Amino acid sequence: MTDFKLRRSMLYVPGNMPSMLQNIPLFKCDSIIIDLEDGVNYAEKDAARILVTNFLQNYRKRSQEVLVRINPLYTKWGYDDLKMILPAGPDGIRFPMAETPELVRELDEALTKYEKQAGLEVGHFSILPSIETIKSVLNAYEIAKSSKRLTGLAFGAEDFTASMGIQRTRTGEELFHARMVVVWAAKAAGIQAIDTVFSDANDMEALLHETEMARKLGYTGKSMVNPRQIDVIHQAFAPKQEEIDHALKVVEAIKQARLMGTGVISLGGKMVDAPVVKRAVTTLQIAYAQGLINEQINEEVIYGKE
Amino acid sequence: MVKNSLGRLVPEVFAGKTYTPYKDPWSLQPHCKRGTRDIKRIDHNAKKLVGNLRDGIIASGLKDGMTISTHHALRNGDHLLNQLVKEIDALGIRDIKIASSSVHAIHSEIIPYIRKGVITGLECGVNGMIGELISKGELDCPVVVRSHGGRARSLITGEVLVDVAFLAAPYCDEYGNFNGFYGPSACGSLGYAIPDSIHARKVVAVTDNLVPYPAVPVGIPQSVVDFVVTVKSLGDPKKIVSTSTRITTDPIGLQTAKYAAMVIEASGLMKDGFSFQTGTGGISLAVADHVRNMMRKGKIKGSFGCGGITGYFVDMLQEGLFRALFDVQCFDLKAVESIGRNQNHQEMSASMYASPFNAGAVVNRLDCVILSATEVDVDFNVNVNTESTGYLLHNTGGHSDCAAGAKLSIIVAPAIRGRLPIIRDRVTTVTTPGETIGVIVTERGIAVNDKFPELKEELIKRRAPVKDIRQLRDEIYAITGAPRPLEFEDKVVGLVEYRDGSIIDAIRQVKK
Repeated sequence: MTDFKLRRSMLYVPGNMPSMLQNIPLFKCDSIIIDLEDGVNYAEKDAARILVTNFLQNYRKRSQEVLVRINPLYTKWGYDDLKMILPAGPDGIRFPMAETPELVRELDEALTKYEKQAGLEVGHFSILPSIETIKSVLNAYEIAKSSKRLTGLAFGAEDFTASMGIQRTRTGEELFHARMVVVWAAKAAGIQAIDTVFSDANDMEALLHETEMARKLGYTGKSMVNPRQIDVIHQAFAPKQEEIDHALKVVEAIKQARLMGTGVISLGGKMVDAPVVKRAVTTLQIAYAQGLINEQINEEVIYGKE
Repeated sequence: MVKNSLGRLVPEVFAGKTYTPYKDPWSLQPHCKRGTRDIKRIDHNAKKLVGNLRDGIIASGLKDGMTISTHHALRNGDHLLNQLVKEIDALGIRDIKIASSSVHAIHSEIIPYIRKGVITGLECGVNGMIGELISKGELDCPVVVRSHGGRARSLITGEVLVDVAFLAAPYCDEYGNFNGFYGPSACGSLGYAIPDSIHARKVVAVTDNLVPYPAVPVGIPQSVVDFVVTVKSLGDPKKIVSTSTRITTDPIGLQTAKYAAMVIEASGLMKDGFSFQTGTGGISLAVADHVRNMMRKGKIKGSFGCGGITGYFVDMLQEGLFRALFDVQCFDLKAVESIGRNQNHQEMSASMYASPFNAGAVVNRLDCVILSATEVDVDFNVNVNTESTGYLLHNTGGHSDCAAGAKLSIIVAPAIRGRLPIIRDRVTTVTTPGETIGVIVTERGIAVNDKFPELKEELIKRRAPVKDIRQLRDEIYAITGAPRPLEFEDKVVGLVEYRDGSIIDAIRQVKK
């Protein structure tokens, strides 16, 4: 079954700032990424780890997905991060500098080991690797298939442009090919594609434009560093009214089809089958999340009850 | 001491005057005539320009034991009250009460003169240091805090008799016509000074910008002004008005503003004829921004914006979103510029704005007002006067007036300030009774007063984060812990008057 978790908006929150951690439950983004890596100075790595652990222990009842961006496992902090953070129960790990499938598998094994020890189901923790260097872009498809825990691939443009020795521009032409490679790899592996952070928190117009473009390319979400960007990103991912209307018709048609004992039906001369219904359901789930429709759509609609 | 209807223990007699305990916002009915002053007649060729401030004090006949007033349109840039008190002292006059429309932090300079016995009472609320010292028992000066409407009322009924009003006059002629629109100390509307000009026994216009007769447009007319005096400067223009007031960029503040906008949208008030008031804080302006967008989107033609006016409201007027602005005080340069040239930007007196005892105040015509709070309790009572320390630090402004008048009053406040919970079991001081509050909006949820069941239902339908106020309090306490009650002495150092003159709460000396 496809993962239907909405991840339109993934907000980075630095792990060493109590005032910001405290406000995490208030942000209406789909996912939170608590950062132990680049957002935290070397001198504060320990303190941040303790703070984040305590925060997670007190935030078990939550409506957001919470990932922790640990330090790469080849640094001296990576395994210590895992050791403290996993018992506090994040939903998954945002995995930076995932340049090769081997690196992802290493993390996968570490998670499996902990899950077994803790009596958790294997696969409990998800992984969202960051594709943020030229090497990881070239390895994107292999990385996408490297673990069943992957919920998506997250493109990271800042490190990518650094690894290329180029500047990032407002319009982003220099990222175009890499963006395509990441979204293709993700789609081919059947997982989500999360677009890179847009750094200028005051330029909402450019943010909207970039997010709309990413959506058109197939991206399902975007990382961000400023909560003020949430609404604009949601606006960009919001289905248009005609898309909602069409999706509702599709769902209605497939329900009729089920009553007649079939999984395929024609709507306005076009065939409605599982992939079409799947797309309609995704549209309606996003519409519901954004308050555009009042009824929540059940995934059962796609394949019917067992 | 008696318990008022909110369970607050208040004195019936304070600083020699008798007061009525608060009962409810609506029923107190005065049985008196308007406060009067003697009929005046001056020689047809008399001169009113008498020289400097000291000459003005002498001409006014100010004596020991009298009451003076100033207006606070120059806000924290005002130099007049400080100069005035120094001159009064120099003339050897003692036992003066101040009944200004407000006293600001800049007026801490009068503290030594309170100690000296020049000033012995405050018939008005205070902002800043003076209140703190009074609360600590370090300054002996009884204070009665009044709302803007309540202060106007107290002058009109004669409960507070102002012997001499010294009114800062930014654009003034030698025969006493003046306005606040132009000049180096331009402050825009002089709404707070109008009741003084009508009811004070003597009126002295104080200007740093004497212009040839006549000073037009006439704000306060020659027919009520006894003397005109000149000073070098009325104040610091930079602190009189802000160059700009800005929308917050804090994501939490923006979220709160978004919730407040949801409440306005769900209230059904947002339709042609909509009227609105909000403050100058970053969150209030963010709410105004949402309102503006909602009005644009819905092609709504509002009737008026009200209160202290900012450039934001001026833009909305120019855009045609409101037909008029009712302005008791200008907050920024844009508002000052606008009131001087735009007929639909209407100066209004504090009485017209907010007095409960007249034939109808503008606040009664407000659909929706956004107000702030230092603390809110589970009965929706709001405190804006005292802080978590128990010190009297803020004046009421139009808070209780607007809450009582508007169809829907929305309190916008952070759930946690510093590390203090804003929603609590009991507020330190009641400024505004919960009965007049519609909705509390914080970043952690929206609490709707049971008086608005339909609004509550509509908000839930719109999936707004509606919570019972006790639930909201508990969620906040879970983070901050329940605050330990403050400890006070028995001594009452000040009263908080409700707008109708009844006593809603008493301010006690804080235990050391």
